[in-house]
Amino acid sequence: MNLLELQNIKKYFATQKAVDDISFEIAPGSIFGLLGPNGAGKTTLLRMITGIFYPDSGIINLNGKKFDPTNDVGTIGYMPEERGLYKKMKIGEQALYLARLKGLSRADAMDKLKYWFEKFEMQSWWNKKVEDLSKGMSQKLQFVTTILHEPKLIILDEPFSGLDPVNANIIKDEIFNLAKKGCTIIFSTHRMEQVEEICDHIILVNKGKKILDGTVGEIKHQFKENIYQVNVATGAENLMTHIFEVIKHSPQQLEIKLQHDSTTNDVLKFFIDQNLMIHSFTEILPSINDIFIKLVEGIPARQFQKIN
Amino acid sequence: MNKIWLIIQREYITRVRNKTFLLSTFLLPLVIVLFIAGSVFISTKGSDKILVGVNDETGIFKNKLLDKDDKSVEFFYTNDTAVTSLLSNRFDAFIHVRDLNKNIGNQISLDVKKQLSRDNEEYIRDQMNLVLENKMFEDNFKMQVSALDSMRMHAKNIDLVQSKGEGSEKQKINSQLTSAIGFFCGILIYITMLIYGTQVMRGVMEEKTNRIAEVIISSVKPFQLMLGKIIGIGAVGLTQFLLWIILLIGISSVAQIFIPADIMQQVNQLQNNPGLQSNNTIQISEAARNIADTTSALSSLNWPLIISCFLFFFLGGYLFYASLFAAVGSIVNEDPQEAQSLVLPITMPIIFGFIILTQAIRDPNSSLAFWGSIIPFTSPIVMMGRVPAPGAVPWGELGLSMLLLVAGFLFTTWLAAKIYRIGILMYGKKGSWKQMFKLIFQKT
Repeated sequence: MNLLELQNIKKYFATQKAVDDISFEIAPGSIFGLLGPNGAGKTTLLRMITGIFYPDSGIINLNGKKFDPTNDVGTIGYMPEERGLYKKMKIGEQALYLARLKGLSRADAMDKLKYWFEKFEMQSWWNKKVEDLSKGMSQKLQFVTTILHEPKLIILDEPFSGLDPVNANIIKDEIFNLAKKGCTIIFSTHRMEQVEEICDHIILVNKGKKILDGTVGEIKHQFKENIYQVNVATGAENLMTHIFEVIKHSPQQLEIKLQHDSTTNDVLKFFIDQNLMIHSFTEILPSINDIFIKLVEGIPARQFQKIN
Repeated sequence: MNKIWLIIQREYITRVRNKTFLLSTFLLPLVIVLFIAGSVFISTKGSDKILVGVNDETGIFKNKLLDKDDKSVEFFYTNDTAVTSLLSNRFDAFIHVRDLNKNIGNQISLDVKKQLSRDNEEYIRDQMNLVLENKMFEDNFKMQVSALDSMRMHAKNIDLVQSKGEGSEKQKINSQLTSAIGFFCGILIYITMLIYGTQVMRGVMEEKTNRIAEVIISSVKPFQLMLGKIIGIGAVGLTQFLLWIILLIGISSVAQIFIPADIMQQVNQLQNNPGLQSNNTIQISEAARNIADTTSALSSLNWPLIISCFLFFFLGGYLFYASLFAAVGSIVNEDPQEAQSLVLPITMPIIFGFIILTQAIRDPNSSLAFWGSIIPFTSPIVMMGRVPAPGAVPWGELGLSMLLLVAGFLFTTWLAAKIYRIGILMYGKKGSWKQMFKLIFQKT
């Protein structure tokens, strides 16, 4: 059973079809990447999943039941992109307040805060004010307050922005840990290298519509262009063939693109027949970044429009 | 419900713990007292000394015009006629009386260096008419001016005291005191409504600009957040009033300790026997009489009604406006100037209410005061100007005003919630009234 199912979700604003008929499912325990250029409708989509907005039409199912914003708050942890804290409030009190708003009892929240503050080495912060924290530090605090109530579904919008590599790794490890424990994570970002590293499953939205859906491997295969890297010592005079086209050529390395319906074995056979030594032969798959750019680039950016 | 309670607690505790709370609790009454004392001082002592030169060719006025008691208007007599040089050298005003016609109205020119105040102009006119009147009595009835004066003194021997009710219910009305108390209550509601209203707005703006709104809204409904803030800050206001009442009781009981025992005894005698006059056997000092008068005047007021009305109208008015302030705060971005222009239409009716209040304390029964105290936009301020005057506000009227205020704040809260819900998450768009109306009519 899927943890979260969205069916034909629509949300129109006065001048925008912010989300226009999007459906997807997320399996429990997976890390799900929600990608899209600026203004694609990601935040609106996330706000509907967290119950901040109601969809105009469509169904959201959480845990097999219809999503009920009032009662399901405790099962969701949301770290929005526009996030902040009360500047004048002490950090400990603030964390406690946010935890209790999620429905934790005071004692329960204290226990959990103690655990996480120790784990992230934040014990000394308790009586400091938020205005004393650096951006990265408050990011860590926000992460803790997001996951403190042990939500089944964790939604992180750009969780690494402003974090140095060390702190980013701490958070990243924690995301893997949580997924291992069975939490489902929705991860929204523009940083594609993180997506490849972290996500199992991604969807790409643009202009309110889903334009891509699948696992990272599937998508890469879907967009592969039959480009291979061959480490072979050869000169240009030996490469006159209709089997492939040479894209890049250096003395020890070739990048080739298969032509027509030739196969990799044809390529290998070609080199073997010429009695050239092949040191390595690998397929070059497009990066998610390339796919993203390919799909989004050239499509004119969203314009304001009249919606009925 | 539990979550609203958490929000209320946070709003309340962070504010009460703040040093500015204690500071404002002690400074605000001081500021109000200074404001009232200052305006009284300016209105009485504001006038300069006016020297009036009189060239009286008829001889009627010469040496008969009396200087004003506080010497702010003084008359001097001269035979000079050069108006310009007199005004530039000696006098602030100059009157030249050439002749008087006894049967028809006379217009006499009062030449001035710069415009005289209305009070002073009236005083000079009254003096001249009085002298003329005396002269007519003298001419027609052969009466001495001194006899006339003493007659007038005795003719002013009646002291009129308003009272209401019969028998044991009968109570004196001190209209000066009731209007003073009404003014004080009204001004207090006016100031606190503005102060706490702006606090609500600033709180909402803080949540929006700090970008914490969305974090909170993912755990509670926007309406809960708004209501929690409004109630929390309202509770801070009530706490402040409570502290003021305690402060007042404390000060008055401390003041009582410092009143000498013999005076207190006289006060007691006076209270037991109000008609008591000073004679040989009982000496009653001026101070004791003053204290007795003040306490009896104060006790003649219906305090339970005044205090409960005050709390009700403070809360009602606060709730009425606070949600509007919250709505404005929610659609403003970082720019404080934007907030100023948006908040003006909300502060206008409050200021308007204050202006009506100054009329209402003068005449609690005027139709302006009536409508001002019925319409929820101004009723919290204006009604407090009328309530202390006994009998000015029938129960039905009070009930109607209260009912409309409750309906009013339910309406504004509902309206504000519609704006707030979207506004709090809206960044980058410049806030405007047009936008607010759009949000009101937007479907959910």
